[in-house]
Amino acid sequence: MKIARIIQVSIRALSRNKMRSFLTALGIIIGVGAVIAMVSIGQGAKRAVEDRFNSMGTNLLFIHAGSLSFRGRHGGGGTYQNLTPGDAEAIQERADAVQYISPNVSTRAQTIYGNKNWNTSIQGVGAKYTEIRNWEIEEGIFFDENMVKSGQKVCVLGSEVKNNLFEGEYPIGKIIRIKKIPFRIIGVLRSKGESGGWFNRDDMIVIPYTTAQRRLIGMTDRVQSIDVSAVSTARTNEALEQIEEILRIQHKIAPGAEDDFHVSNMSEIAEGAAESTQILTILLGGIASVSLLVGGIGIMNIMLVSVTERIREIGIRMSVGAREKDILLQFLTEAIVLSVLGGIIGIGVGVATSRLISHFAGWKTLVSVGAIALAFLFSGSVGIFFGFYPARKASKLDPIEALRYE
Amino acid sequence: MDNNNTLIRLENLKKIYEVGETKVNALWDISYTVKEGDLLAIMGPSGSGKSTLMNIVGCLDKPTEGKYFLEGEEVSKLDKNKLARIRNKKIGFVFQIFNLLSRTTALENTELPLLYSNVSGKKRKERALEALSLVGLEGRELHRTNQLSGGEQQRVAIARSLVNNPSLLLADEPTGNLDTKTGAEIIDIFKNLNEEKNITIILVTHESEIARVAQRRIYLRDGQIVKEEHS
Repeated sequence: MKIARIIQVSIRALSRNKMRSFLTALGIIIGVGAVIAMVSIGQGAKRAVEDRFNSMGTNLLFIHAGSLSFRGRHGGGGTYQNLTPGDAEAIQERADAVQYISPNVSTRAQTIYGNKNWNTSIQGVGAKYTEIRNWEIEEGIFFDENMVKSGQKVCVLGSEVKNNLFEGEYPIGKIIRIKKIPFRIIGVLRSKGESGGWFNRDDMIVIPYTTAQRRLIGMTDRVQSIDVSAVSTARTNEALEQIEEILRIQHKIAPGAEDDFHVSNMSEIAEGAAESTQILTILLGGIASVSLLVGGIGIMNIMLVSVTERIREIGIRMSVGAREKDILLQFLTEAIVLSVLGGIIGIGVGVATSRLISHFAGWKTLVSVGAIALAFLFSGSVGIFFGFYPARKASKLDPIEALRYE
Repeated sequence: MDNNNTLIRLENLKKIYEVGETKVNALWDISYTVKEGDLLAIMGPSGSGKSTLMNIVGCLDKPTEGKYFLEGEEVSKLDKNKLARIRNKKIGFVFQIFNLLSRTTALENTELPLLYSNVSGKKRKERALEALSLVGLEGRELHRTNQLSGGEQQRVAIARSLVNNPSLLLADEPTGNLDTKTGAEIIDIFKNLNEEKNITIILVTHESEIARVAQRRIYLRDGQIVKEEHS
């Protein structure tokens, strides 16, 4: 028999029992749909993380005190501080691959405006901080180099702080109290949105780091970290090497001794985060594959029942000249047609599900061609694998007994 | 030894079933010849070996001993696949319980043997329609089997058995599930096919009235031919 005719015979047989065929295919539909939806969620999460890091800038470098790999030595972050404003100046002057630099100190404080108060994060930064982090000013201005040098009591509000303390009132020029010290508001940052659960980047007040050192922390010779932007993404590694060299000289570290600081690269962090979402994708896809497997077992189950139920039909076909091979191919094709049709419908269901998820849950989803191809191939092989045993069983029937079967 | 018009030649055919320790001789030393254009009736009580003989002649089963020649070819030594080809090309079956595919139209049922031989879709339909008109079922081609009466279902079965122009038509108690009048109509169809189309027909029955249409009648008992009649 030609392939086209086998497929025709199989489809005829399947369409004689539409409900059963649909229910059999349902397992595959759900399995393929789940694989595609889950993988698209994982891929979407990965893409979202990558985008987020790219928007922060891939030319960023963060300098922290101490070595991250020997964290235990410090006895709690912030207690051991060896970065100074002088380090920042030295880097700014000597590293030519570095564009902007911002020494940072941070603390938390209660802030008061009128009869409202709000506990928030206070970030003491340099004048170029917004340029380094790609942040935008919604209203007003950001403080400049002179304000930083003279340690003025000015501040720029994150959008959430503004919403909580001002509720629609125009904030620029108003005075708020941070740890009872009055600060003049000169600007408001544009909202940056949730950052994916680490901390809310809109819930903060930004002030000159010099002011923070003198007024809020009371320690003028140390900074907690230094943020640096390289002149370009391509020169990030160069900037990193320059910074390490300069800091080793600044900190008088002997050749061969370990660094007492750590410079981390934004793209390294981004890669780490992308890797963890990749694991999430594999995990979700793996769980969904189990349902595909269960769907395949469902096909085998129904095909086995179907063989028993159709013994007479098999006998009739044999009596009019069907060979073993014809019967085997017919039942195998039925299983493959079911699983491939189920696979095609499942792809539609999966794509629709991921659209619905991104629409209602607001998650980013990404349906990849690879996931579709893989699910489709997998469903086809499920059909062959689980269809073979029942098909073989059908083909080995004895025609006389099959014809006599009640 | 075979002359031109010998269709079937059976030589010392034996069929022995082993049930546990005991051996049952279903057929014992049957030798017989059927010529082209014969209408033969096989009669005998149940358990006499009629069905076993039919299955062997119909190439559904193989004899334990002895030889079976169909159109000069020794089919008793062919393998399963070759037997399937013979069933497809040379033999048509009509069963007592019709054995049609359920929920399938008369046309599709009739086309069934052609699906297993190399006949194109268009040709298939043509030949199936022709066979259906031969048994008087014009206009009922697209009815499903469950919408047809018993007599009509048996006509579809006859059409199916004829569609591949077989050399031999085997009918196993074809009227067993039909009332007398309908049964007589079915027998008329066989008689006409034999007389007008010169198709060789073997009819298994236990009703002597039906067997009377046959030119030759053989009686089986305990797996052996005990009597032969000509008319």
